Amino acid sequence: MEGVGRDFVLVPLAVLLFVGAHAQSDRHKADERVVRITASRFEYNPPRIELKKGEPVTLELISLDRVHGFNIPDLGLRADVLPEQSVRVKFTPDKAGTYTFLCDIFCGDGHGEMSGTLVVKE
Amino acid sequence: MSLNRRDFIKLATVGGAVFSSGLAGMHAFAKTGKQDAFYFVQLSDTHWGFDNRKFNADPQGTLPKAVALVNELDPQPDFVVFTGDLTHTTDDAQLRRKRMAEFQEIAGKLKTGNVRFMPGEHDASLDGGVAYKEFFGDLNYTFDHKGIHFIALDNVSDPRARLGDSQLAWLKEDLRQRDANAPIVVLTHRPLFDLAPQWGWATQDGSKAMALLMPYSNVTVFYGHIHQEHHHNTGHISHHSAKSLIFPLPAPGSVDKKHKIAWDAEQPYRGLGVRSIQADMPGAAFELSETSL
Ligand SMILES: [Cu+2]
Ligand SMILES: [Fe+2]
Repeated sequence: MEGVGRDFVLVPLAVLLFVGAHAQSDRHKADERVVRITASRFEYNPPRIELKKGEPVTLELISLDRVHGFNIPDLGLRADVLPEQSVRVKFTPDKAGTYTFLCDIFCGDGHGEMSGTLVVKE
Repeated sequence: MSLNRRDFIKLATVGGAVFSSGLAGMHAFAKTGKQDAFYFVQLSDTHWGFDNRKFNADPQGTLPKAVALVNELDPQPDFVVFTGDLTHTTDDAQLRRKRMAEFQEIAGKLKTGNVRFMPGEHDASLDGGVAYKEFFGDLNYTFDHKGIHFIALDNVSDPRARLGDSQLAWLKEDLRQRDANAPIVVLTHRPLFDLAPQWGWATQDGSKAMALLMPYSNVTVFYGHIHQEHHHNTGHISHHSAKSLIFPLPAPGSVDKKHKIAWDAEQPYRGLGVRSIQADMPGAAFELSETSL
């Protein structure tokens, strides 16, 4: 019965936090940064993206030819990048550093070198 | 403090394998005279069809050179295994088959009649392994040799670098039939552990295969893909990647952006080589020997 008591406290708290985050992101929607990235065999454009630590960002990705992957292993983010429809990756970088993103769906001859750099500044 | 060879072997054996280098090491193999002792050869990443002279000035000569080197070994290895990227990828289905046929013809010149093939992403990712199967058969399979159980895993025909649930179930079923201390060798193209995920040097669900293998006390993994020799342990399981036979790649994570290493006319074939693996007795450590081209 102890466990049930704990659950009652935790659930409402989690809901409050979630709603709070949601309201805040709505308020800031106008000035939230969107970075558009195209993927094509065998490159991303732009190949280098600079972000600011703590600043929410949306990466909007679309492919110019076939399906590609977009994977930032060190941040645990990934998406399929399709030709017909753009995909959005929303996140707030919380650690400064240089991260590699790469295509993780084999796409041909230059696949092994299809990557780019994401720089998060303080 | 300096180590002599015996100390070195003792230390290295802790990692599940011992190392030596050069042809001398290979020739010494047969002379151990123990029952059931044998050796096999691992060749990898031949990328037949690759033609960029900046990275390999002898793209049509490198594979035949390796075949000739192996054919000179006396005694001959029990078998040779190619751990993937037999051919360089192409969008042209017909050209892919032409490359596979040419590769097959050259590999057919190996004196040991016993040659095992495995796919790499260059062979199998663009068509799900269809052409590969026409030429070389199953993408994943097992065989037994002198008391050792070999398991070839396919982490390339899915372009997302996954083994997939059905192959994992197949692996689980195969392992279920083994003793906990049975000698097992896993052959695969990509590393089954996260070597450098930012360079694609990983298998998406490789940790699931490792979890299935963990209860077995005597497992060794040989793989390719990273175009260089590398040794790593996951608990008691050791992983050994082999050199390529087309161009080398930099050490994992050592440069900002992964790139092929250029051909050096002063040191042709540098970084390319052949591995032989001596199995003294089932259950004992393997002895690896690397020979440069
Ligand atoms: Cu590969
Ligand atoms: Fe390769």
